[in-house]
Amino acid sequence: MESVTPILEFKNTCVSYTKQTMAVKYVSAAIERNTITAIMGPSGCGKSTLLRAVNLMHNLYPNIRVGGEILLNGADILSMEPIDVRRRVGMVFQRPAPFPTMSIYDNVLSGFALNGIRLSKAEKDATVEHCLRSVALWDEVKDVLNKKGTFLSGGQQQRLCIARALAMKPDVLLMDEPTSALDPIATKHIEELLLELQKEVTILIVTHNMGQAKRISSKSMFMYLGELVEYGDTETMFTNPTDERTRAYLTGKMG
Amino acid sequence: MNVKTKNRLFKDKVMLWGICLFAGLTAVPLLAILGEVLLRGYDQLSWSFFTEPTPTAYKAMKAIAAGEPIPGGIANGIIGTLIMLGMAIVVAVPVGILCGAYLAENSKRRFAQVVSYLTDLLQGTPSVIIGIITYIWVVVPMKGYSAIAGSVALCIMMLPLIIRSTEETLKILPASLKEAGLALGANSARVMLKVQLPAAFGGIFTGVLLAISRVIGETAPLMFTALGCSLIRWSIDKPISAVPLLIWEFFNDPNLQDLIWGASLFLLLFVLTLNVLSKYLAKKWNQ
Ligand SMILES: Nc1ncnc2c1ncn2[C@@H]1O[C@H](COP(=O)(O)OP(=O)(O)OP(=O)(O)O)[C@@H](O)[C@H]1O
Ligand SMILES: [Mg+2]
Repeated sequence: MESVTPILEFKNTCVSYTKQTMAVKYVSAAIERNTITAIMGPSGCGKSTLLRAVNLMHNLYPNIRVGGEILLNGADILSMEPIDVRRRVGMVFQRPAPFPTMSIYDNVLSGFALNGIRLSKAEKDATVEHCLRSVALWDEVKDVLNKKGTFLSGGQQQRLCIARALAMKPDVLLMDEPTSALDPIATKHIEELLLELQKEVTILIVTHNMGQAKRISSKSMFMYLGELVEYGDTETMFTNPTDERTRAYLTGKMG
Repeated sequence: MNVKTKNRLFKDKVMLWGICLFAGLTAVPLLAILGEVLLRGYDQLSWSFFTEPTPTAYKAMKAIAAGEPIPGGIANGIIGTLIMLGMAIVVAVPVGILCGAYLAENSKRRFAQVVSYLTDLLQGTPSVIIGIITYIWVVVPMKGYSAIAGSVALCIMMLPLIIRSTEETLKILPASLKEAGLALGANSARVMLKVQLPAAFGGIFTGVLLAISRVIGETAPLMFTALGCSLIRWSIDKPISAVPLLIWEFFNDPNLQDLIWGASLFLLLFVLTLNVLSKYLAKKWNQ
Protein backbone atom coordinates (compact mmCIF):
# COMPACT_ATOMS: atom_id res chain seq x y z
CA MET A 1 0.00 0.00 0.00
CA GLU A 2 2.97 2.32 0.53
CA SER A 3 3.64 2.81 -3.16
CA VAL A 4 0.13 4.01 -4.07
CA THR A 5 0.18 7.58 -5.37
CA PRO A 6 -1.78 9.87 -3.07
CA ILE A 7 -4.87 11.33 -4.67
CA LEU A 8 -3.75 14.84 -3.88
CA GLU A 9 -0.32 16.09 -3.02
CA PHE A 10 0.94 19.56 -2.21
CA LYS A 11 4.62 20.11 -3.00
CA ASN A 12 6.02 23.42 -1.81
CA THR A 13 2.75 25.11 -2.70
CA CYS A 14 2.85 28.88 -2.31
CA VAL A 15 0.17 31.48 -2.91
CA SER A 16 0.65 35.24 -2.85
CA TYR A 17 -1.93 37.97 -3.23
CA THR A 18 0.66 40.72 -3.38
CA LYS A 19 4.31 40.83 -4.41
CA GLN A 20 5.57 41.41 -0.88
CA THR A 21 3.71 38.78 1.13
CA MET A 22 2.79 35.13 0.83
CA ALA A 23 -0.54 33.93 2.19
CA VAL A 24 0.48 30.27 1.87
CA LYS A 25 4.13 29.36 2.31
CA TYR A 26 5.75 26.16 1.01
CA VAL A 27 3.05 23.75 2.05
CA SER A 28 3.86 20.08 1.41
CA ALA A 29 1.43 17.30 2.27
CA ALA A 30 0.02 14.14 0.72
CA ILE A 31 -3.69 13.50 1.06
CA GLU A 32 -4.85 9.89 1.14
CA ARG A 33 -7.70 8.62 -0.97
CA ASN A 34 -11.14 8.36 0.67
CA THR A 35 -10.26 10.21 3.83
CA ILE A 36 -11.52 13.35 5.42
CA THR A 37 -8.74 15.81 6.11
CA ALA A 38 -9.47 18.79 8.33
CA ILE A 39 -7.61 22.05 7.88
CA MET A 40 -7.44 24.13 11.05
CA GLY A 41 -5.75 27.28 12.17
CA PRO A 42 -6.45 30.79 13.35
CA SER A 43 -8.29 33.25 11.16
CA GLY A 44 -6.23 34.61 8.30
CA CYS A 45 -3.66 31.80 8.33
CA GLY A 46 -4.33 30.85 4.72
CA LYS A 47 -6.75 27.92 4.92
CA SER A 48 -9.19 29.22 2.34
CA THR A 49 -6.33 30.34 0.17
CA LEU A 50 -4.80 26.87 0.17
CA LEU A 51 -8.17 25.24 -0.55
CA ARG A 52 -8.96 27.55 -3.41
CA ALA A 53 -5.60 26.78 -4.98
CA VAL A 54 -6.71 23.19 -5.48
CA ASN A 55 -9.56 23.98 -7.88
CA LEU A 56 -7.63 26.83 -9.50
CA MET A 57 -10.03 29.52 -8.23
CA HIS A 58 -7.03 31.82 -8.01
CA ASN A 59 -6.75 31.77 -11.80
CA LEU A 60 -9.75 34.10 -11.93
CA TYR A 61 -7.73 36.90 -10.42
CA PRO A 62 -4.63 37.77 -12.43
CA ASN A 63 -2.79 39.34 -9.49
CA ILE A 64 -2.72 36.15 -7.46
CA ARG A 65 0.32 33.89 -7.95
CA VAL A 66 0.43 30.21 -7.16
CA GLY A 67 3.82 28.47 -6.99
CA GLY A 68 5.15 24.98 -6.37
CA GLU A 69 3.13 21.94 -7.40
CA ILE A 70 -0.26 20.46 -6.61
CA LEU A 71 -0.55 16.91 -7.87
CA LEU A 72 -3.89 15.27 -8.57
CA ASN A 73 -3.30 11.56 -9.10
CA GLY A 74 0.31 12.41 -9.83
CA ALA A 75 -0.30 15.12 -12.43
CA ASP A 76 0.35 18.78 -11.69
CA ILE A 77 -2.94 20.65 -11.84
CA LEU A 78 -1.23 24.01 -12.04
CA SER A 79 -0.41 23.25 -15.66
CA MET A 80 -3.85 21.83 -16.48
CA GLU A 81 -6.92 23.54 -17.89
CA PRO A 82 -9.05 24.96 -15.05
CA ILE A 83 -12.25 23.52 -16.48
CA ASP A 84 -10.76 19.99 -16.49
CA VAL A 85 -9.50 20.33 -12.92
CA ARG A 86 -12.72 21.80 -11.59
CA ARG A 87 -14.77 18.97 -13.03
CA ARG A 88 -12.77 16.52 -10.93
CA VAL A 89 -12.45 18.73 -7.84
CA GLY A 90 -15.77 19.94 -6.46
CA MET A 91 -16.17 22.79 -4.03
CA VAL A 92 -18.70 23.74 -1.38
CA PHE A 93 -18.54 27.30 -0.13
CA GLN A 94 -18.97 28.76 3.33
CA ARG A 95 -22.26 30.46 2.51
CA PRO A 96 -24.74 28.18 0.78
CA ALA A 97 -25.01 29.47 -2.79
CA PRO A 98 -27.68 27.61 -4.75
CA PHE A 99 -28.28 29.25 -8.12
CA PRO A 100 -31.16 31.63 -7.35
CA THR A 101 -32.91 31.36 -10.70
CA MET A 102 -32.93 27.57 -10.83
CA SER A 103 -35.32 25.10 -9.25
CA ILE A 104 -34.06 22.52 -6.77
CA TYR A 105 -34.13 19.95 -9.56
CA ASP A 106 -32.13 22.15 -11.93
CA ASN A 107 -29.69 23.09 -9.20
CA VAL A 108 -28.70 19.47 -8.74
CA LEU A 109 -28.23 19.12 -12.49
CA SER A 110 -26.60 22.51 -12.95
CA GLY A 111 -23.14 20.99 -13.36
CA PHE A 112 -24.34 19.11 -16.43
CA ALA A 113 -26.21 22.08 -17.87
CA LEU A 114 -23.23 24.35 -17.32
CA ASN A 115 -20.91 21.92 -19.04
CA GLY A 116 -23.25 21.37 -21.96
CA ILE A 117 -23.76 17.69 -21.11
CA ARG A 118 -27.16 16.45 -22.23
CA LEU A 119 -28.99 13.81 -20.22
CA SER A 120 -32.21 11.96 -20.96
CA LYS A 121 -35.19 12.64 -18.73
CA ALA A 122 -34.73 9.27 -17.04
CA GLU A 123 -31.05 9.91 -16.38
CA LYS A 124 -31.89 13.32 -14.97
CA ASP A 125 -34.55 11.95 -12.63
CA ALA A 126 -32.23 9.21 -11.47
CA THR A 127 -29.32 11.58 -10.87
CA VAL A 128 -31.46 14.05 -8.95
CA GLU A 129 -32.94 11.35 -6.74
CA HIS A 130 -29.61 9.65 -6.11
CA CYS A 131 -27.77 12.87 -5.27
CA LEU A 132 -30.52 14.24 -3.07
CA ARG A 133 -30.76 10.90 -1.26
CA SER A 134 -27.04 10.84 -0.64
CA VAL A 135 -27.25 14.23 1.07
CA ALA A 136 -30.37 13.12 2.96
CA LEU A 137 -32.50 15.81 1.39
CA TRP A 138 -34.71 13.71 -0.85
CA ASP A 139 -37.52 13.06 1.61
CA GLU A 140 -37.74 16.74 2.51
CA VAL A 141 -37.88 18.12 -1.01
CA LYS A 142 -39.20 15.37 -3.26
CA ASP A 143 -42.58 17.10 -3.59
CA VAL A 144 -41.19 20.59 -4.23
CA LEU A 145 -38.46 19.84 -6.75
CA ASN A 146 -39.72 22.61 -9.02
CA LYS A 147 -39.49 25.28 -6.36
CA LYS A 148 -36.53 27.62 -6.27
CA GLY A 149 -33.54 26.39 -4.26
CA THR A 150 -33.48 29.65 -2.33
CA PHE A 151 -36.76 28.75 -0.59
CA LEU A 152 -34.96 26.11 1.46
CA SER A 153 -33.48 26.66 4.90
CA GLY A 154 -29.78 27.40 5.22
CA GLY A 155 -28.89 23.83 6.11
CA GLN A 156 -31.02 22.44 3.31
CA GLN A 157 -29.44 24.87 0.87
CA GLN A 158 -25.99 23.74 1.91
CA ARG A 159 -26.96 20.11 1.42
CA LEU A 160 -28.34 21.05 -1.98
CA CYS A 161 -24.97 22.60 -2.82
CA ILE A 162 -23.22 19.41 -1.73
CA ALA A 163 -25.59 17.41 -3.91
CA ARG A 164 -24.84 19.73 -6.81
CA ALA A 165 -21.11 19.14 -6.36
CA LEU A 166 -21.55 15.38 -5.95
CA ALA A 167 -23.60 15.07 -9.12
CA MET A 168 -20.45 15.68 -11.14
CA LYS A 169 -18.81 12.69 -9.39
CA PRO A 170 -15.66 14.55 -8.32
CA ASP A 171 -12.55 12.75 -7.04
CA VAL A 172 -11.96 15.41 -4.42
CA LEU A 173 -14.44 17.61 -2.58
CA LEU A 174 -13.21 20.89 -1.09
CA MET A 175 -15.29 22.39 1.69
CA ASP A 176 -14.62 25.80 3.19
CA GLU A 177 -16.31 25.99 6.59
CA PRO A 178 -19.45 24.41 5.14
CA THR A 179 -21.30 24.40 8.46
CA SER A 180 -20.29 27.74 9.92
CA ALA A 181 -23.58 29.34 8.83
CA LEU A 182 -25.69 26.46 10.15
CA ASP A 183 -27.29 25.49 13.44
CA PRO A 184 -26.10 22.44 15.43
CA ILE A 185 -28.76 20.11 14.04
CA ALA A 186 -28.06 20.96 10.42
CA THR A 187 -24.36 20.69 11.20
CA LYS A 188 -24.86 17.22 12.63
CA HIS A 189 -26.73 16.17 9.49
CA ILE A 190 -23.90 17.32 7.31
CA GLU A 191 -21.24 15.68 9.44
CA GLU A 192 -23.03 12.34 9.23
CA LEU A 193 -23.32 12.87 5.54
CA LEU A 194 -19.60 13.50 5.11
CA LEU A 195 -18.69 10.37 7.04
CA GLU A 196 -20.92 8.46 4.63
CA LEU A 197 -19.54 10.23 1.58
CA GLN A 198 -15.89 9.52 2.20
CA LYS A 199 -16.44 6.08 0.69
CA GLU A 200 -16.84 7.77 -2.67
CA VAL A 201 -14.85 10.95 -2.49
CA THR A 202 -11.81 12.40 -0.76
CA ILE A 203 -12.76 15.38 1.36
CA LEU A 204 -10.67 18.37 2.35
CA ILE A 205 -12.53 20.49 4.88
CA VAL A 206 -11.64 23.79 6.50
CA THR A 207 -13.15 24.11 9.94
CA HIS A 208 -12.92 26.36 12.96
CA ASN A 209 -14.79 23.85 15.00
CA MET A 210 -12.34 21.54 16.75
CA GLY A 211 -15.10 19.22 17.87
CA GLN A 212 -16.09 18.82 14.26
CA ALA A 213 -12.53 18.04 13.18
CA LYS A 214 -12.30 15.44 15.94
CA ARG A 215 -15.63 13.86 15.02
CA ILE A 216 -15.18 13.48 11.30
CA SER A 217 -11.59 13.71 10.16
CA SER A 218 -8.94 11.03 10.15
CA LYS A 219 -6.13 13.44 9.27
CA SER A 220 -5.66 17.03 10.29
CA MET A 221 -3.55 19.94 9.18
CA PHE A 222 -2.71 22.83 11.41
CA MET A 223 -1.70 26.05 9.66
CA TYR A 224 -0.23 29.16 11.15
CA LEU A 225 0.69 32.37 9.32
CA GLY A 226 0.61 30.61 5.97
CA GLU A 227 2.76 27.68 7.02
CA LEU A 228 1.71 24.10 7.49
CA VAL A 229 2.86 23.59 11.06
CA GLU A 230 1.65 20.09 11.62
CA TYR A 231 0.00 17.37 9.59
CA GLY A 232 -0.91 13.93 10.82
CA ASP A 233 -3.55 11.66 12.35
CA THR A 234 -6.29 13.66 14.00
CA GLU A 235 -6.10 11.41 17.07
CA THR A 236 -2.44 12.13 17.60
CA MET A 237 -2.78 15.81 16.92
CA PHE A 238 -5.44 16.27 19.54
CA THR A 239 -3.86 14.09 22.19
CA ASN A 240 -0.18 14.69 21.60
CA PRO A 241 0.68 17.50 19.18
CA THR A 242 4.35 17.79 18.28
CA ASP A 243 4.40 21.55 17.78
CA GLU A 244 3.98 24.03 20.58
CA ARG A 245 1.80 26.31 18.37
CA THR A 246 -0.61 23.49 17.64
CA ARG A 247 -0.93 22.73 21.31
CA ALA A 248 -1.57 26.39 22.09
CA TYR A 249 -4.27 26.63 19.43
CA LEU A 250 -5.99 23.39 20.37
CA THR A 251 -6.09 24.30 24.02
CA GLY A 252 -7.54 27.70 23.22
CA LYS A 253 -4.48 29.73 24.13
CA MET A 254 -4.23 31.14 20.64
CA GLY A 255 -6.55 32.00 17.81
CA MET B 1 -38.77 68.32 29.42
CA ASN B 2 -36.16 71.04 29.52
CA VAL B 3 -36.00 74.01 27.19
CA LYS B 4 -33.14 72.59 25.11
CA THR B 5 -35.01 69.42 24.26
CA LYS B 6 -38.14 71.38 23.41
CA ASN B 7 -36.09 73.60 21.18
CA ARG B 8 -34.65 70.61 19.34
CA LEU B 9 -38.01 68.96 18.91
CA PHE B 10 -39.38 72.20 17.51
CA LYS B 11 -36.51 72.43 15.01
CA ASP B 12 -37.16 68.85 14.05
CA LYS B 13 -40.80 69.64 13.31
CA VAL B 14 -39.91 72.69 11.26
CA MET B 15 -37.47 70.61 9.21
CA LEU B 16 -40.08 67.95 8.62
CA TRP B 17 -42.70 70.44 7.47
CA GLY B 18 -40.14 72.12 5.25
CA ILE B 19 -39.21 68.85 3.61
CA CYS B 20 -42.86 67.92 3.08
CA LEU B 21 -43.55 71.31 1.55
CA PHE B 22 -40.73 71.05 -0.96
CA ALA B 23 -41.54 67.46 -1.80
CA GLY B 24 -45.11 68.59 -2.48
CA LEU B 25 -43.89 71.44 -4.64
CA THR B 26 -41.89 69.13 -6.88
CA ALA B 27 -44.97 66.98 -7.44
CA VAL B 28 -46.97 70.01 -8.62
CA PRO B 29 -45.55 70.23 -12.17
CA LEU B 30 -46.09 66.54 -12.83
CA LEU B 31 -49.67 66.66 -11.58
CA ALA B 32 -50.33 69.87 -13.50
CA ILE B 33 -49.05 68.33 -16.74
CA LEU B 34 -51.06 65.18 -16.22
CA GLY B 35 -54.18 67.16 -15.40
CA GLU B 36 -53.88 69.48 -18.35
CA VAL B 37 -53.27 66.71 -20.87
CA LEU B 38 -56.00 64.57 -19.38
CA LEU B 39 -58.59 67.37 -19.39
CA ARG B 40 -57.88 68.44 -22.93
CA GLY B 41 -57.28 65.01 -24.40
CA TYR B 42 -59.69 62.53 -22.90
CA ASP B 43 -62.69 63.37 -25.10
CA GLN B 44 -60.61 62.82 -28.26
CA LEU B 45 -59.89 59.23 -27.35
CA SER B 46 -62.24 56.92 -29.21
CA TRP B 47 -62.00 53.67 -31.10
CA SER B 48 -61.38 55.40 -34.42
CA PHE B 49 -58.63 57.50 -32.87
CA PHE B 50 -56.56 54.33 -32.55
CA THR B 51 -57.63 52.62 -35.78
CA GLU B 52 -57.67 55.39 -38.41
CA PRO B 53 -54.82 57.37 -39.91
CA THR B 54 -54.41 61.13 -39.77
CA PRO B 55 -57.07 62.99 -41.77
CA THR B 56 -56.09 65.31 -44.58
CA ALA B 57 -56.22 69.02 -43.81
CA TYR B 58 -59.15 69.35 -46.21
CA LYS B 59 -61.24 66.72 -44.46
CA ALA B 60 -60.44 68.24 -41.11
CA MET B 61 -61.39 71.67 -42.36
CA LYS B 62 -64.71 70.39 -43.62
CA ALA B 63 -65.46 68.72 -40.31
CA ILE B 64 -64.61 71.86 -38.39
CA ALA B 65 -66.80 73.95 -40.68
CA ALA B 66 -69.68 71.52 -40.12
CA GLY B 67 -69.09 71.71 -36.37
CA GLU B 68 -68.26 67.98 -36.15
CA PRO B 69 -65.27 66.42 -34.38
CA ILE B 70 -62.26 65.86 -36.66
CA PRO B 71 -62.38 62.39 -38.23
CA GLY B 72 -59.44 59.99 -38.20
CA GLY B 73 -56.76 59.34 -35.60
CA ILE B 74 -53.16 58.45 -35.01
CA ALA B 75 -53.03 54.81 -36.15
CA ASN B 76 -50.28 55.60 -38.66
CA GLY B 77 -48.17 57.06 -35.85
CA ILE B 78 -48.80 54.19 -33.44
CA ILE B 79 -47.91 51.60 -36.06
CA GLY B 80 -44.81 53.53 -37.12
CA THR B 81 -43.66 53.90 -33.53
CA LEU B 82 -44.19 50.21 -32.86
CA ILE B 83 -42.36 49.12 -36.02
CA MET B 84 -39.36 51.33 -35.38
CA LEU B 85 -39.26 50.51 -31.66
CA GLY B 86 -39.50 46.81 -32.48
CA MET B 87 -36.58 46.90 -34.88
CA ALA B 88 -34.52 49.01 -32.48
CA ILE B 89 -35.23 46.61 -29.61
CA VAL B 90 -34.33 43.53 -31.64
CA VAL B 91 -30.86 44.94 -32.25
CA ALA B 92 -30.22 47.03 -29.13
CA VAL B 93 -31.18 44.44 -26.51
CA PRO B 94 -28.83 41.61 -27.48
CA VAL B 95 -25.99 43.94 -28.45
CA GLY B 96 -26.43 46.01 -25.31
CA ILE B 97 -26.53 42.97 -23.04
CA LEU B 98 -23.44 41.42 -24.63
CA CYS B 99 -21.57 44.69 -24.38
CA GLY B 100 -22.67 45.22 -20.76
CA ALA B 101 -21.59 41.67 -19.88
CA TYR B 102 -18.20 42.29 -21.45
CA LEU B 103 -17.76 45.53 -19.51
CA ALA B 104 -18.78 43.92 -16.23
CA GLU B 105 -16.38 41.01 -16.66
CA ASN B 106 -13.37 42.97 -17.90
CA SER B 107 -13.61 46.19 -15.92
CA LYS B 108 -9.84 46.19 -15.36
CA ARG B 109 -8.95 46.12 -19.05
CA ARG B 110 -8.00 49.33 -20.78
CA PHE B 111 -10.23 48.64 -23.79
CA ALA B 112 -13.26 48.01 -21.57
CA GLN B 113 -12.62 51.22 -19.68
CA VAL B 114 -12.51 53.16 -22.94
CA VAL B 115 -15.74 51.54 -24.14
CA SER B 116 -17.36 52.28 -20.81
CA TYR B 117 -16.36 55.93 -21.10
CA LEU B 118 -17.70 56.13 -24.65
CA THR B 119 -20.99 54.67 -23.44
CA ASP B 120 -21.28 57.56 -21.00
CA LEU B 121 -20.58 60.03 -23.78
CA LEU B 122 -23.16 58.41 -26.04
CA GLN B 123 -25.72 58.59 -23.26
CA GLY B 124 -25.13 62.31 -22.98
CA THR B 125 -25.22 63.03 -26.70
CA PRO B 126 -28.17 65.29 -27.62
CA SER B 127 -30.76 63.37 -29.59
CA VAL B 128 -30.82 65.92 -32.37
CA ILE B 129 -27.16 65.15 -33.07
CA ILE B 130 -27.89 61.44 -33.18
CA GLY B 131 -30.62 62.29 -35.70
CA ILE B 132 -28.35 64.25 -38.00
CA ILE B 133 -25.61 61.60 -37.80
CA THR B 134 -28.09 58.88 -38.70
CA TYR B 135 -29.23 61.04 -41.57
CA ILE B 136 -25.68 61.12 -42.94
CA TRP B 137 -25.03 57.44 -42.25
CA VAL B 138 -28.32 55.88 -43.28
CA VAL B 139 -30.71 58.23 -45.05
CA VAL B 140 -28.15 59.57 -47.53
CA PRO B 141 -26.74 56.18 -48.62
CA MET B 142 -30.26 54.68 -48.83
CA LYS B 143 -31.40 57.69 -50.84
CA GLY B 144 -34.50 58.28 -48.76
CA TYR B 145 -36.14 58.54 -45.37
CA SER B 146 -37.28 55.23 -43.94
CA ALA B 147 -38.40 53.31 -40.89
CA ILE B 148 -34.98 51.62 -40.97
CA ALA B 149 -33.22 54.93 -40.52
CA GLY B 150 -35.58 55.88 -37.71
CA SER B 151 -34.95 52.62 -35.91
CA VAL B 152 -31.18 53.05 -36.24
CA ALA B 153 -31.43 56.40 -34.46
CA LEU B 154 -33.62 54.94 -31.70
CA CYS B 155 -31.29 51.94 -31.39
CA ILE B 156 -28.25 54.18 -30.89
CA MET B 157 -30.11 56.04 -28.17
CA MET B 158 -31.21 52.87 -26.39
CA LEU B 159 -27.81 51.16 -26.40
CA PRO B 160 -26.05 53.09 -23.63
CA LEU B 161 -28.99 52.66 -21.26
CA ILE B 162 -29.13 48.91 -21.81
CA ILE B 163 -25.35 48.55 -21.59
CA ARG B 164 -25.21 50.48 -18.32
CA SER B 165 -28.07 48.67 -16.64
CA THR B 166 -26.64 45.28 -17.65
CA GLU B 167 -23.18 46.21 -16.44
CA GLU B 168 -24.37 47.66 -13.13
CA THR B 169 -26.68 44.74 -12.37
CA LEU B 170 -24.01 42.15 -13.13
CA LYS B 171 -21.49 43.99 -10.99
CA ILE B 172 -23.64 43.93 -7.88
CA LEU B 173 -24.23 40.17 -8.08
CA PRO B 174 -22.17 38.41 -5.40
CA ALA B 175 -18.87 37.02 -6.71
CA SER B 176 -19.77 33.73 -5.02
CA LEU B 177 -22.42 33.12 -7.67
CA LYS B 178 -19.92 33.19 -10.50
CA GLU B 179 -17.39 31.19 -8.49
CA ALA B 180 -19.99 28.55 -7.70
CA GLY B 181 -20.70 28.18 -11.41
CA LEU B 182 -17.04 28.01 -12.36
CA ALA B 183 -16.33 25.55 -9.54
CA LEU B 184 -18.55 23.07 -11.36
CA GLY B 185 -16.14 23.12 -14.28
CA ALA B 186 -18.05 25.41 -16.62
CA ASN B 187 -16.38 27.94 -18.85
CA SER B 188 -17.09 31.56 -18.10
CA ALA B 189 -19.32 32.13 -21.13
CA ARG B 190 -21.70 29.40 -19.96
CA VAL B 191 -21.68 30.72 -16.41
CA MET B 192 -22.54 34.16 -17.75
CA LEU B 193 -25.36 32.79 -19.88
CA LYS B 194 -26.88 30.34 -17.44
CA VAL B 195 -26.12 31.81 -14.02
CA GLN B 196 -25.18 35.47 -14.06
CA LEU B 197 -27.50 36.85 -16.75
CA PRO B 198 -30.58 35.01 -15.42
CA ALA B 199 -29.80 36.29 -11.93
CA ALA B 200 -29.49 39.81 -13.33
CA PHE B 201 -32.66 39.54 -15.40
CA GLY B 202 -34.72 41.90 -13.25
CA GLY B 203 -32.26 44.75 -13.48
CA ILE B 204 -31.66 44.27 -17.19
CA PHE B 205 -35.38 44.12 -17.95
CA THR B 206 -35.94 47.31 -16.00
CA GLY B 207 -33.15 48.93 -17.99
CA VAL B 208 -34.75 47.88 -21.26
CA LEU B 209 -38.12 49.30 -20.22
CA LEU B 210 -36.51 52.57 -19.22
CA ALA B 211 -34.64 52.71 -22.52
CA ILE B 212 -37.92 52.19 -24.39
CA SER B 213 -39.69 54.85 -22.40
CA ARG B 214 -36.83 57.23 -23.06
CA VAL B 215 -36.83 56.90 -26.85
CA ILE B 216 -40.53 56.48 -27.45
CA GLY B 217 -41.13 60.22 -27.10
CA GLU B 218 -38.10 61.29 -29.15
CA THR B 219 -39.08 63.63 -31.95
CA ALA B 220 -35.89 65.29 -33.17
CA PRO B 221 -34.00 62.20 -34.38
CA LEU B 222 -37.09 60.96 -36.22
CA MET B 223 -37.48 64.23 -38.12
CA PHE B 224 -34.15 63.54 -39.83
CA THR B 225 -34.77 59.86 -40.42
CA ALA B 226 -38.38 58.68 -40.52
CA LEU B 227 -39.79 62.00 -41.74
CA GLY B 228 -43.45 61.10 -41.26
CA CYS B 229 -46.31 59.89 -43.43
CA SER B 230 -50.06 60.33 -43.23
CA LEU B 231 -50.85 56.80 -44.38
CA ILE B 232 -50.78 53.58 -42.41
CA ARG B 233 -47.60 51.89 -43.63
CA TRP B 234 -46.07 48.53 -42.93
CA SER B 235 -43.00 48.73 -45.17
CA ILE B 236 -39.68 49.55 -43.55
CA ASP B 237 -37.90 51.19 -46.47
CA LYS B 238 -40.29 54.14 -46.86
CA PRO B 239 -40.94 57.23 -44.76
CA ILE B 240 -43.08 56.38 -41.79
CA SER B 241 -44.90 58.23 -39.04
CA ALA B 242 -44.52 58.12 -35.25
CA VAL B 243 -46.67 59.43 -32.42
CA PRO B 244 -44.28 62.24 -31.35
CA LEU B 245 -43.85 63.27 -35.00
CA LEU B 246 -47.62 63.52 -35.31
CA ILE B 247 -47.85 65.78 -32.29
CA TRP B 248 -45.37 68.12 -33.96
CA GLU B 249 -47.32 67.98 -37.25
CA PHE B 250 -50.64 68.65 -35.53
CA PHE B 251 -49.11 71.63 -33.84
CA ASN B 252 -48.03 73.05 -37.17
CA ASP B 253 -51.35 72.56 -38.95
CA PRO B 254 -54.12 74.86 -37.62
CA ASN B 255 -56.78 72.45 -38.91
CA LEU B 256 -55.45 69.49 -36.96
CA GLN B 257 -54.72 71.14 -33.64
CA ASP B 258 -57.61 69.37 -31.96
CA LEU B 259 -55.74 66.09 -32.27
CA ILE B 260 -52.68 67.23 -30.31
CA TRP B 261 -54.06 66.41 -26.92
CA GLY B 262 -55.31 62.95 -27.67
CA ALA B 263 -51.93 62.01 -29.11
CA SER B 264 -50.11 63.58 -26.17
CA LEU B 265 -52.30 61.77 -23.68
CA PHE B 266 -51.64 58.46 -25.40
CA LEU B 267 -47.87 59.02 -25.37
CA LEU B 268 -47.82 60.22 -21.78
CA LEU B 269 -49.86 57.28 -20.51
CA PHE B 270 -47.66 54.85 -22.43
CA VAL B 271 -44.46 56.23 -20.91
CA LEU B 272 -45.92 56.45 -17.40
CA THR B 273 -47.13 52.85 -17.63
CA LEU B 274 -43.68 51.68 -18.69
CA ASN B 275 -42.09 53.58 -15.82
CA VAL B 276 -44.47 52.24 -13.23
CA LEU B 277 -44.09 48.75 -14.63
CA SER B 278 -40.30 48.93 -14.49
CA LYS B 279 -40.37 50.18 -10.89
CA TYR B 280 -42.74 47.42 -9.90
CA LEU B 281 -40.66 44.74 -11.60
CA ALA B 282 -37.44 46.04 -10.08
CA LYS B 283 -39.00 45.81 -6.64
CA LYS B 284 -40.30 42.33 -7.30
CA TRP B 285 -36.95 41.00 -8.46
CA ASN B 286 -35.03 42.58 -5.64
CA GLN B 287 -36.91 40.60 -3.01
N1 LIG C 1 -8.33 38.70 -2.07
C1 LIG C 1 -7.30 38.92 -1.24
N2 LIG C 1 -6.42 39.88 -1.51
C2 LIG C 1 -5.36 40.12 -0.69
N3 LIG C 1 -5.11 39.41 0.40
C3 LIG C 1 -5.94 38.42 0.74
C4 LIG C 1 -7.09 38.12 -0.07
N4 LIG C 1 -7.75 37.09 0.48
C5 LIG C 1 -7.05 36.77 1.57
N5 LIG C 1 -5.96 37.55 1.74
C6 LIG C 1 -4.97 37.46 2.81
O1 LIG C 1 -4.43 36.17 2.81
C7 LIG C 1 -4.30 35.66 4.11
C8 LIG C 1 -5.01 34.33 4.22
O2 LIG C 1 -6.40 34.52 4.03
P1 LIG C 1 -7.41 33.30 4.03
O3 LIG C 1 -8.71 33.82 3.57
O4 LIG C 1 -6.83 32.18 3.29
O5 LIG C 1 -7.47 32.96 5.58
P2 LIG C 1 -8.33 31.84 6.31
O6 LIG C 1 -7.36 30.97 6.99
O7 LIG C 1 -9.27 31.21 5.38
O8 LIG C 1 -9.08 32.71 7.38
P3 LIG C 1 -10.59 32.54 7.93
O9 LIG C 1 -10.51 31.47 8.94
O10 LIG C 1 -10.86 33.86 8.57
O11 LIG C 1 -11.45 32.24 6.77
C9 LIG C 1 -4.87 36.72 5.05
O12 LIG C 1 -3.79 37.38 5.65
C10 LIG C 1 -5.62 37.65 4.16
O13 LIG C 1 -5.45 38.97 4.61
MG1 LIG D 1 -11.44 31.27 5.09
